[in-house]
Amino acid sequence: MSNPEARTLLADPAPVFAALGDATRLELVSRLNDGQTRSIAQLADGLSLTRQGVTKHLRVLEQAGIVSSSRVGRESHFSYEPKSIDQVRTYLDTVSMQWDEALSRLQKFVDA
Amino acid sequence: MQDYIEKELELKSPVARVWRALTDHEEFGEWFRVKLDGPFVVGGVSTGQITYPGYEHMKWVATVEAMEPEQLFSFRWCPYGGEPDVDYSNDPTTLVEFKLEPSSGGTRLVISESGFDALPDDERRVDALRSNTSGWNEQVKNIAAHVQS
Repeated sequence: MSNPEARTLLADPAPVFAALGDATRLELVSRLNDGQTRSIAQLADGLSLTRQGVTKHLRVLEQAGIVSSSRVGRESHFSYEPKSIDQVRTYLDTVSMQWDEALSRLQKFVDA
Repeated sequence: MQDYIEKELELKSPVARVWRALTDHEEFGEWFRVKLDGPFVVGGVSTGQITYPGYEHMKWVATVEAMEPEQLFSFRWCPYGGEPDVDYSNDPTTLVEFKLEPSSGGTRLVISESGFDALPDDERRVDALRSNTSGWNEQVKNIAAHVQS
């Protein structure tokens, strides 16, 4: 790329991409992105998964920074962290801009 | 969220000229700003040194996937690699594709980089994709709609 280091300076986006690469986790994120905090039971409602299964997915999302959890009494509650998605978008914007620059150099190179 | 990048470019030069600029390793290096150690070979690992001012310490490592004359040139690379002392060989890669076709003005070039979502060693992900008929791209569109709304 025209500016390879700019990519490395950004947080590694792979965990976020990977965490979103799963239908259940996307569903969980879509249930949370209204900004409301929800319990595991609320999030599991209507999904053909055990509570444990849902918890596992939520932990993957949490590790990638897409959701955060807090304790409410004996329950874990989860909420959406839009910043993680913004980071990925910023990363893709950077990659996109680098391609624009590289292609404009290509254009000058072949059409000159 | 979109997980790939696609760009389209109209070039005034004929396809043969553009093909050479893409696949001749010295010509590629001129505009991409990398000094490649040798020619591109399908299936081979291409190595070199970035020549972009200020980033000369960065390595170039890519595996050539396809070279279909005047139609398709593609390679895989680690999209955030390049630091000299880091081994990225087990990291996920993205696929970069250059597609060419003749156009009335010369050449239409479409370049894409895809696979940002891929972690090849994640079996759960593969299973999820297999069992999910609507597929990742559909899901990505859904999430985009949700996240942006």
